[in-house]
Amino acid sequence: MANFEQTGPGKPVLEATRVDKVTPGYRLGHNLRALIVVLLAIVGLIPVFVIVITAFKTRPDAIHVPPKLIFTPSLEGLVFLFTERASASPSRLEELKKAAEEVQLGLVDRIALNAGQEITGPSDYVFRLRNSLIIAGISTLLSVVLAIFSAYAFSRYGVKGKGDLLFFILSTRMLPAVVVTVPLFLMYTQLKLHDTHLGMILLYTVFNLSLAVWLMKGFFDEIPREYEEAALVDGYTRMQAFFKIVLPQAVTGIAATTVFCLIFAWNEYAFALMLTSEKARTAPPSIATMLGIGGIEWTAIAAGSLGFLIPVVIVTFALRNYLLRGVTFGAVRK
Amino acid sequence: MATIELQKVEKKFAELHAVKPMDLTIQDGEFVVLLGPSGCGKTTTLRMISGLETVTGGKILLNQRDVTWLHPSQRDIAFVFQFYALYPHISARDNISFPLRAQGESKEEIEKQVKEVSALLRIEHLLNQRPGNLSGGDQQRVALARALVRRPAAFLMDEPLGALDAEFRESMRAEIKRLHIDQHATTVYVTHDQIEAMALGDRIVVMSEAVVQQIGTAAEVYYNPANLFVARFIGSPGMNLVTGHYVDGVVTIPGTQNRFSLPVGWRKPVDETLKESKEIILGFRPEAAQLNNAGKLSGEVYASELQGAFAVLHVNVNSDDIVHIRTDRVINYPIDTVVHFDLNPEMVRFFDPQSEAAIQPEVGA
Repeated sequence: MANFEQTGPGKPVLEATRVDKVTPGYRLGHNLRALIVVLLAIVGLIPVFVIVITAFKTRPDAIHVPPKLIFTPSLEGLVFLFTERASASPSRLEELKKAAEEVQLGLVDRIALNAGQEITGPSDYVFRLRNSLIIAGISTLLSVVLAIFSAYAFSRYGVKGKGDLLFFILSTRMLPAVVVTVPLFLMYTQLKLHDTHLGMILLYTVFNLSLAVWLMKGFFDEIPREYEEAALVDGYTRMQAFFKIVLPQAVTGIAATTVFCLIFAWNEYAFALMLTSEKARTAPPSIATMLGIGGIEWTAIAAGSLGFLIPVVIVTFALRNYLLRGVTFGAVRK
Repeated sequence: MATIELQKVEKKFAELHAVKPMDLTIQDGEFVVLLGPSGCGKTTTLRMISGLETVTGGKILLNQRDVTWLHPSQRDIAFVFQFYALYPHISARDNISFPLRAQGESKEEIEKQVKEVSALLRIEHLLNQRPGNLSGGDQQRVALARALVRRPAAFLMDEPLGALDAEFRESMRAEIKRLHIDQHATTVYVTHDQIEAMALGDRIVVMSEAVVQQIGTAAEVYYNPANLFVARFIGSPGMNLVTGHYVDGVVTIPGTQNRFSLPVGWRKPVDETLKESKEIILGFRPEAAQLNNAGKLSGEVYASELQGAFAVLHVNVNSDDIVHIRTDRVINYPIDTVVHFDLNPEMVRFFDPQSEAAIQPEVGA
């Protein structure tokens, strides 16, 4: 340290920083902290890594103890994910093997055959994924649009009982989903909303609305009123000013809110498990209960989870720049 | 172009009387400055004229037309904001043409108008930039262009120079003055800076605590302040105000030998105003005092400040009152020395301490 005080950092400092931030001790601490962050990130990514490798393992590799890091990749998980199968009798197995040798059997059937199974039809995974897309997509759209209008009103107008209303809106988020599923189940059965797309869309919209209104209000509060006032004296109506001036400036907030709503609706498990059974069942509860004839089909579950991750990853990645401002909203001045 | 008339216009917020009933008539082509400290109601007044704020009582007439309850967009006025309020997501060109597009002008016409107004403000080279990339001065030029381009009946400006650096502020002040002389547009301008007000205004409306204190030209509010507030607020430093005893045409500053005889024309109005009371406030501008070894008034030097072309001497005339005297800068006055001075009788004013109002001299005196 004494040495540092006499000689300085030994190389020119080309950034804006305090003197104590270039001491060797500080730099060491800084590097250590960075290392910890990297390690934590790796730990956080381990489940994703396991899902990805398991999706490309065969069943024996997947349940092998200790877990195999080096293995021959297989499409078994994917095939199992998209098909319904039955175990073939020994005589049928012989028949199929012969067909395979004569190249009458497609790739997909041959993979099933390797596990001693025969394909009987397509699985409902694609159908579940489609349900997830419809329900999450429409409910996200609805909550964001509704939130834009109500948050704008909360931000700009003297709504009576504003504080109470905002608190009330947030209260839907104050209990865990499981607590309200039973009354909701009874209600939905009576209203014939059980196992319908409409029922799930309504539920997710209401649930997301609280977060969306609060987020959007924060963004609208940051947009100075002068912009709208300028548009008003320039000859525009309040509505025109809103669409032409306010909305384009709230794009960041809208994008961040969209991602948050989508992630919730996409990942929601408890409500979907209780309130859907067949027609409107989404992917999360169906992946978790994927039981094949040979017990739990880990490779198919992993492949299903992987496929399930992809849409949210794409949306989040596309909107990542907005997201950064979204999570720090209110803290950063424009 | 237009006349603006405020008739008993007032604004009350729940607990606050922001603007007490005020009357003001602004002539066609006039540049009127609303001047006052923050919270005096000047911005609220401007916003009521624009329609961005409702009135609690009274009427607003624009060209004799009652616009009190008209939507801002129907009043044909332009508003320039302190922080420019340029739309950040579109270019300077689109900002300027924004009001024209509201009126549904043709593309060629818009192009022509934008070109004209940007030439006037010398911002042609900046038209494709986003506001965020422009300096404060240029942003305000774009905002002025946006206001000018529609040729509105009147301009309302809310501290348009307040957010600029000192250097820009002075050049923009001159630009606004030139612009007004060229365009001859009725303008209402809000500021808390009395130098800006004096430089720009044909007339100045001095406001304080929701009340209009005085309406007059720069010279009127400077030389003939209507009351103690205006006397203190206008000028830098403000008018010297010294409380004295008044007996038979002579003002004596308590605890001193300082005596000042009323100049011609003051005796009668002062006697009439004060009646039984013997207290009076003597007011004079720093430049109304001349140092003179044989001067009738005296005091001790408290401090002296060189201000460039001149110096300001702070002089203790008694234990309570310090007066400011403008002097030639070359003479150095040590602290605590006694200086003598005389007052220019034409530049002396008197105030009634009870009502705080100025006493007016006899006309023609």
